[in-house]
Amino acid sequence: MTARSAATIASFVLICGTAACTNFYEIPIETPIQPKMDVSAFQRVLIAGFIGGGTDDVDANLETVRLLRSQLRSKSNLRIIEAEVLPLANIAAGQANRDRIAPVPPLNGAADGQQSAPEVEKESRIRNEKDLEKLQGIFADVAFWKKLGEEYQNPLIVTGTVLFTPQQTAGFVMQEREIYDQFGRRRVVPTRTYMERKGFVLSPKFIFIDGRTGTILYTEKFQEGVLYSAQTNTPALSSYFELMDKLVPSFLNTLSTQKVKGTRVLLK
Amino acid sequence: MAFRALIAAAALFAFVPAAYADDPRAKAKEQVEFGIMSAQSGLWKEAAFRWEKAVQIYPTYPKAWNNLAIAYEQQGNFEEARKAYEKALQLDPKNLMIRQNYDLFKEINDRAKRRHDR
Repeated sequence: MTARSAATIASFVLICGTAACTNFYEIPIETPIQPKMDVSAFQRVLIAGFIGGGTDDVDANLETVRLLRSQLRSKSNLRIIEAEVLPLANIAAGQANRDRIAPVPPLNGAADGQQSAPEVEKESRIRNEKDLEKLQGIFADVAFWKKLGEEYQNPLIVTGTVLFTPQQTAGFVMQEREIYDQFGRRRVVPTRTYMERKGFVLSPKFIFIDGRTGTILYTEKFQEGVLYSAQTNTPALSSYFELMDKLVPSFLNTLSTQKVKGTRVLLK
Repeated sequence: MAFRALIAAAALFAFVPAAYADDPRAKAKEQVEFGIMSAQSGLWKEAAFRWEKAVQIYPTYPKAWNNLAIAYEQQGNFEEARKAYEKALQLDPKNLMIRQNYDLFKEINDRAKRRHDR
C-alpha cells in the first residue's frame, strides 16, 4: 500500500467516522445553467462593435468589445475573430442621414456608411436613450450584417448598444454608525443621513446576429447602476468595469453553460 | 483517488449486519449514506444512483428525496429536481433544511426560467 492510498483510506475512514455522528452535511454544489442560445451552428464569433454613448470619459464601444472578446476567449468554446472594432455609431448615423436626405434601399450597406462617417461625427454624439433610438435601424439592416458575415466566413456576430451615463442624486440614505456608550461598549446604530451621491448607469443591449443570413437571433437588455459619495472620486473607467463585471456572467450564459455555485444540505 | 475512497467505503458497507437485510428503511438508509459519501467525493452520478435506489426501496423517505433533488440539481436536471424536492416536502413539510434547499433551488430555477422565456 502506498502512502498516498493509505492517506486516501485514512481520510475516508475519517469521513465515515464523522458521518456516523452527524445527520446532515453541508455540501458545495455547482448548478449548470444551460445557454440561452443554441450556438452549435457557429464555430467563430465576431464581436463587431457597439453604438456607444453617454459620458466622453469612456469609449463604451472599444471597451465593451475588448472586454467581451477577452471574456469569451477564456470562457467559451467559440473562436474569437480579432478584427478592427467597427465605429458603429458613425456607420449608423451615416445610414440614418442618408435615409433622411434621399431614401435609398439599405442594401448599399456597410462600405457606404463608413465613407460618410466623418461628416456625421458631430451628429453621432449619443447622450441618452433617445439619441440611441435614432440609430437602431442599423440592426435591422440584414444586408449590412450579411455582408459583414461574408467577410468573416459567416460567424455569429455580436453587436448592440452601450450607454454609460453619469448620474447624480441627493437624499436621505440609511447608514450604520458606530457609537460607544459610557462603558466603552461598541454599538452599531442605523441612522438616516442626507447625502449627495454620484455615479454611473450602464445600459447595454446585446444583439446576436446570424452572420450567414444577417438576421437577429437574440436580443438581451441590461441595466446596472452604482452610486458613490460625492466626495469620492472614482474614475469612470473603474465604474464601467465594476458594472460590466455584474453583467458579464449573464452575457456569457447566452452562449455557453455557466455554473452557479451554492451550498445545499444533504440529510441522513 | 475519489474512486479508491469509494471502493474502501463499499468494503466497509459489506460488513453491515445481516439483521438489516429485511428492513427496507435500513436498506434505504444504507444507500443514502453511501450516496452522501459519493457526493462528498464529487461522484454525483453514483450518488444520484444510490438515492434513486433508496427511494425505490423506501418511497416515503423524505431525506432520500431531498438528497436526490440535490443530485439532480447538480446535474442541471431542474424538472426532476423540483419533483424530488416537492416529494420530500410533501413527506416532511416541517423540515426546515429541506425547505431551505428548495428555496435556494427555486431561486436558481426561476432565474434560469426567466432567461429562457426572455
